[in-house]
Amino acid sequence: MRIGIVTFPGSNCDDDTVAAVARVGATPVKLWHKDHDLRDVDLVILPGGFSYGDYLRAGAIARFSPIMREVAEHARRGGRVLGICNGFQIACEAGLLPGVLLRNDSLQFRSEMVRLRVENTGTMCTGLYEAGQLVRYPIAHGDGRYTADAGTVERLEGDGLVVFRYVDAAGEATAGASPNGAMHNIAGIVNADGNVLGMMPHPERALDDALGSSDGLALFESLVARVAA
Amino acid sequence: MAASLRPGDPAVTPALVAEHGLTGEEFDRLVAMLGRAPTFTELGIVSALWNEHCSYKHSRPVLRTLPTRAPWVLQGPGENAGVIAVGDGLAVAFKIESHNHPSAVEPYQGAATGVGGILRDVFTMGARPVALLNSLRFGSLDSARVRYLFAGCVKGIGDYGNCVGIPTVGGEIMFDAAYEGNPLVNAMCVGVMKVEELITAKAEGVGNPIIAVGARTGRDGIHGASFASEDLSHESDAKRPRVQVGDPFTEKLLLEASLELIASGHIVAIQDMGAAGLTSSSAEMAARGDVGVTIDTMKMPLREEGMTPYEILLSESQERMLVVAKRGHEAGVKAILAKWDLSAEVIGEVIAEPVYRVTEGDRVVAEFPGSRLVTDCPQYHPEGREGDDARARRESDVNLTPERPEERDPMWTLRALLAAPTIASKRWAYRQYDSTVRASTVAGPGGDAAVVRLPGSERSIALATDCNGRYVYLNPRVGGRIAVAEAARNVACAGARPMAITNCLNFGNPKRPEIFFQFREAVAGVGEACTALATPVTGGNVSLYNESPRGAVYPTPTIGMVGLVDKPEHVTGSRFTTPGDAIVLLGENTAELGGSEYLATLHGVVAGEPPACDVAGERRLVDALLAAIAAGAIASAHDCSEGGLAVAIAESCMMDRDQPLGADIDLSPWEALPRRALLFGEAQGRIVVSTPDPAAVLAIAAAHGVPARPVGTVGTAHAPLRVRIGGAGWESPMARLAAAWHDSIPTIMSAGALPPASPA
Repeated sequence: MRIGIVTFPGSNCDDDTVAAVARVGATPVKLWHKDHDLRDVDLVILPGGFSYGDYLRAGAIARFSPIMREVAEHARRGGRVLGICNGFQIACEAGLLPGVLLRNDSLQFRSEMVRLRVENTGTMCTGLYEAGQLVRYPIAHGDGRYTADAGTVERLEGDGLVVFRYVDAAGEATAGASPNGAMHNIAGIVNADGNVLGMMPHPERALDDALGSSDGLALFESLVARVAA
Repeated sequence: MAASLRPGDPAVTPALVAEHGLTGEEFDRLVAMLGRAPTFTELGIVSALWNEHCSYKHSRPVLRTLPTRAPWVLQGPGENAGVIAVGDGLAVAFKIESHNHPSAVEPYQGAATGVGGILRDVFTMGARPVALLNSLRFGSLDSARVRYLFAGCVKGIGDYGNCVGIPTVGGEIMFDAAYEGNPLVNAMCVGVMKVEELITAKAEGVGNPIIAVGARTGRDGIHGASFASEDLSHESDAKRPRVQVGDPFTEKLLLEASLELIASGHIVAIQDMGAAGLTSSSAEMAARGDVGVTIDTMKMPLREEGMTPYEILLSESQERMLVVAKRGHEAGVKAILAKWDLSAEVIGEVIAEPVYRVTEGDRVVAEFPGSRLVTDCPQYHPEGREGDDARARRESDVNLTPERPEERDPMWTLRALLAAPTIASKRWAYRQYDSTVRASTVAGPGGDAAVVRLPGSERSIALATDCNGRYVYLNPRVGGRIAVAEAARNVACAGARPMAITNCLNFGNPKRPEIFFQFREAVAGVGEACTALATPVTGGNVSLYNESPRGAVYPTPTIGMVGLVDKPEHVTGSRFTTPGDAIVLLGENTAELGGSEYLATLHGVVAGEPPACDVAGERRLVDALLAAIAAGAIASAHDCSEGGLAVAIAESCMMDRDQPLGADIDLSPWEALPRRALLFGEAQGRIVVSTPDPAAVLAIAAAHGVPARPVGTVGTAHAPLRVRIGGAGWESPMARLAAAWHDSIPTIMSAGALPPASPA
């Protein structure tokens, strides 16, 4: 199966994501931001980075790039989209997911390994995880504080659309466990139709215990299993 | 053609010459070279090229003494970066460079553009950057100004590297009042390429076009290189406009475009427009290729109107490259740059006539004969004489320093040292750096050395920066040796064979005899250690005039070391891993206390003879450790540096705060040594390892002629640290040691105040 990875000019996790996709046996297809062609991919990944420098608001300019018209159309048709880090920010800015990612509450960039709890194993990214499983992924972002109006957050929680939550060593979603001050410790969400998923942590950097964690492998394997099905 | 006076340009008067930093003798040399008086533009060009930052006029004769050759060195000093072969057809390009003066007046942009410049130095060699490191020196954190500089530099470094997407994986940070008015910001970049992708910056081929690519040119940073070649003063803040402004997004585009250009075969040479901008890049490329060049400033893509040739030549606007393309390939170059939304304009060409010529349209505004612009730069051999203060301090007997009453409990002293900002955890800084992008970081910041995988190879590289300026101040030759030896120990602790170094030589004003003495002696010490350790110098940077009204910084020849790890299983961490493992000290404890962090932190004393450094012994130590690692006998390795043996052991226990292990230590064999020297002295050539097989480690050490002795056992999770010396014993809960080390800098930076002098 073919998985497209969009390269915006300031993407810097595109190659890592390409490697992750290849690692689980799918065919990575690099998509250029100036193009209008998704090249028949089954799924589009918006990778991490600083799409257009993000001097304005992370992802705010990327949503207007040529390829994003096609990505949005793909999503409207029910096509699958995964946004990682900057890709999550872009998906929110483009209206593919509700809410927004604000500056971390520390006002500092945060790069570290975090613990997450898998809250929903029915999504395209989490089918191979156990419910409530604790996983470790790296984060690296300055704008990761997920924020939405009260009604939206209530709906996300009520409908089980929160996919990953920052937790402490005991698996509890305490305030101290969140690296950025996200509402309800939200690290990743999925839309109501289940075809667009966004997350701040980097599963593509968690494929190898020698680099600190291999917990991200099951995420990409889940993607492939679902796309293949 | 001779350069003619340009309407609107000022007349070249003695006052203007002095303002450009040229001595009378240098001006006479310039007139003799031209055979006439220079134009204003020519004066600007010479002032930019003959300052220390570009010309090395005080340092070159000394630098020539450094060892630079080895079979694995593909490119030594003189290019944008050094390059070594690392096997599997791969090469590693690396360099360290200073951005001290800009960071002193504008820490955020100063540090950020330091990162940008060093990235460009590496990717102009054809290498894809894979890692960044930073060696930082600041004054005491009890000053609000220093906290501002520290926070600003860290944010600048992070924002730039994070955006470009190159992991910042290591480095070190030290604090001492000597750096109060003049912080040091040294950035190192490491890149990887296939050996055949190596490209240099040598202009060739008469008729080939010279193309300016990347960002447009503005008025920022004019005279930045000259600014870097004078002492900092109270007026320096007024020179903030000389600090360049960085745009990491454009840098990312330029990186991709440059690597694509190099791979395309359209170009013959490429060089960063860094210090002294267009002037330096064009003149150096011409000199290396021994060809003439002509450049028309009216063709330069500008971002401001009305810029004069003088301003265009001297601008240090960031994210620009100068390219020599093959004739007829201009369209190919432009197409690649257009893909990345960057401009590419032909601004000149390589010519047969041996001149360096600048025109403004048809008017010649500057013309120099041949490459004499670069080669005629004067060289100085200043007098070097040891300073009285350094000698007096070195010769004072630090053993007479009275102990504080609290020191009766060495655990109190240990906690005080663990909380000293130079020793304490630097996570406050490095958690702001993306250290995992590119998904190749095996060991990130916080350990002895960073380890990064090489693509398509089972090998990885280990990287470290080091220099204790206090040692260098007290004894420059010994301090120079130690800087290299510690860097070698650090990469060896990670499981790597030390391969080569780059250096960033931060010193004061070389016209002062005591400063030139430091420079000459420290470089000699660096050279001795590099020879013994077989780690040649592949390049680097000299930063002089690091002085503020308070005086010169400590002489700080920062060493950036690259080591090679052969097999994944050889990668070794700094922290203890397994309760019950034996702890073995490789190397020998001594009574040395001089130059120690203990004396500086606990007693405010910077004095004494710094620890001796036997470079042959350091080589044997590295060899022994690597042999033990290859034999699978080593669980962890951590070198003894600032704070000595006690600090090294405590760090190996609780570096990972969530999973600390205790330790039971018995130092009775050294009962005869002064207790504080044994615990906190900084004797060189020592590494603390933990091992499941101490007999094997002792046997390997003995075979290498390295002293080694078991000193204790790794304890269980959260167990205390216990230390026994003869009949006396002490212990401290691990959580208190961890709190001292982990919480110190965050507490200072959030509260804006120093922690209490006596840790609770």
